[in-house]
Amino acid sequence: MSAKILIPLYESDVAPRFDLATEVLIVSGVGKSGSGEKGDKRMVVLPSASADQLCHLIITEGVQTVICGGIEEDYYQYLVWKRIEVIDSVIGSSEAALTRFAEGTLASGEIL
Amino acid sequence: MPHIDNLFQLPVNFFELLDEIAIGVVVLDLDRRIVVMNKTLKALTGFSQKEYCGAACAHILRSNVCIQNCPALKTNEKTGPKCVEGNIINWDRQLIPIRITSAPLKDINGEIVGFLETVEDISLLRKLDEATSHAYKFDRIIGRSPEMEKIFQILPSLAQSDSSILITGETGTGKDMVAEAIHHSSDRAKGPFVKINCGALPETLLESELFGHRKGAFTGALENKPGRFQLAHNGTLYLTEIGDLPLSLQVKLLTFLDDKEIFPLGSIKGVSADVRIIAATHRNLEQRVKRNQFRKDLLFRLNVIRLQLPPLRDRQGDIKLLLDHFLDTLSTQLDKKKKVLSPMALTILMSYRYPGNVRELRNIVEYAVNICEHRTIEPKHLPSYLTDAGPAEPIADETVRATPLAFQAEDDDLARPEARRGWPEIERQMIMEALIKAGGRKNKAAASLGWARSTLWRKMKQYGIC
Repeated sequence: MSAKILIPLYESDVAPRFDLATEVLIVSGVGKSGSGEKGDKRMVVLPSASADQLCHLIITEGVQTVICGGIEEDYYQYLVWKRIEVIDSVIGSSEAALTRFAEGTLASGEIL
Repeated sequence: MPHIDNLFQLPVNFFELLDEIAIGVVVLDLDRRIVVMNKTLKALTGFSQKEYCGAACAHILRSNVCIQNCPALKTNEKTGPKCVEGNIINWDRQLIPIRITSAPLKDINGEIVGFLETVEDISLLRKLDEATSHAYKFDRIIGRSPEMEKIFQILPSLAQSDSSILITGETGTGKDMVAEAIHHSSDRAKGPFVKINCGALPETLLESELFGHRKGAFTGALENKPGRFQLAHNGTLYLTEIGDLPLSLQVKLLTFLDDKEIFPLGSIKGVSADVRIIAATHRNLEQRVKRNQFRKDLLFRLNVIRLQLPPLRDRQGDIKLLLDHFLDTLSTQLDKKKKVLSPMALTILMSYRYPGNVRELRNIVEYAVNICEHRTIEPKHLPSYLTDAGPAEPIADETVRATPLAFQAEDDDLARPEARRGWPEIERQMIMEALIKAGGRKNKAAASLGWARSTLWRKMKQYGIC
């Protein structure tokens, strides 16, 4: 089973703040549950940093999992309510986060 | 375990010392990675000991400051400590306003080896700021009524703009204070605030006062004199009673508003002045335009932002607040013991309609504070026109000028027979007519009268229409 995930970026790392990211990495077909499959990557540059716009992008893109750093409770709850898995407080490179996710070992609060 | 030597007889544990500090402290290396942070900061961010060591500061603090305006990046030997405000998102996903102060850490040779940052939680301060901004005060203006709240909300943004402002309202509503408050809160606060009463001087003198004159411009003009416009350069010029400005000077003011240039009397050379204009009047300018007493184009230019100050009788709840305020301040000013109002005196003051608005209320309180020798102000200590007439005494013709409807109609209406009947009777008739027109619907009737529903209800109760 594969998933579509979104990672807000700060240079090549997972952005420390969801609401301040101006770049995101969208990966389609990432293998879940330890399949190790990394999927197709696409970078999206946002016109401005905005948590609302990011949430809108997540919904319209049909993202199933969001890997991010700090996210405000309101946005976290909104995404969860939209049945999107949010793995937050992740510190490290987006590559490492993706690898750990594909291996099925990524959890909230991980320092990679 | 790092220690501080030579401070006391025995070395002191550095971590324990940091933990005793009541604000968040973090030590960063030159790559802005966390070396150590104290207990307070751990509590603030929600990150525990094992997680943060060696991690980049931006990922642990998760502050907008770290991403957009890192103070450590700008800190060097020359700049000294840097202080910035921002916010963080903590482990519990809460957004907390903070203030970060970053200072360089130097080794014994004076080389920067890292940074020391303090992180203060300023959410309490922010709450206080919010409370203050929403509260009942702006500069020296006080009010808690919805009408004043609306004014308080727009005043800060008006102050920040540089547009001309026209303040209208009855006498005593605080037009001068609002103008001053706008000036003090604006970027021009460091510049002069020059006030001139357009109705107080004869036309020729006013022209010289406003625009200045050159030596020899007229008999007695022995030297050059700068006008108020020049005196107000880089500041605000407050033209009170603008409705009384003679037509000839209205043209000159118009020229200034267009070209930002003034021509002193007797001069062919214009002088530029960077002045913000705030004008005020108790007159109905539209009415004066119709009567050709005020230039329409000047009205349009002044009327960029219009601020209509409500009369005190429409500011529900403010009378008590102002009474308390003036009792307090005037007792101190007049060096008297703090006074309180007796229930009866309070009833009289609360039911009076204050045609002179806040100025009249202040004068009444000043009178009472001066007259009363005891701690409690009784009805006998109030001006006799309040007590003789009774609490709901009909208001004489002079007040008709001050009421909103009459303010619209101005002097002309006083000549009409109904104006001589006394305001309460006319007002009662107006309410009845509005109610009949609205088919008994109070909302519609209140809207047609230009009142809030509560005002209509109060007045209906007052006239026994309910």
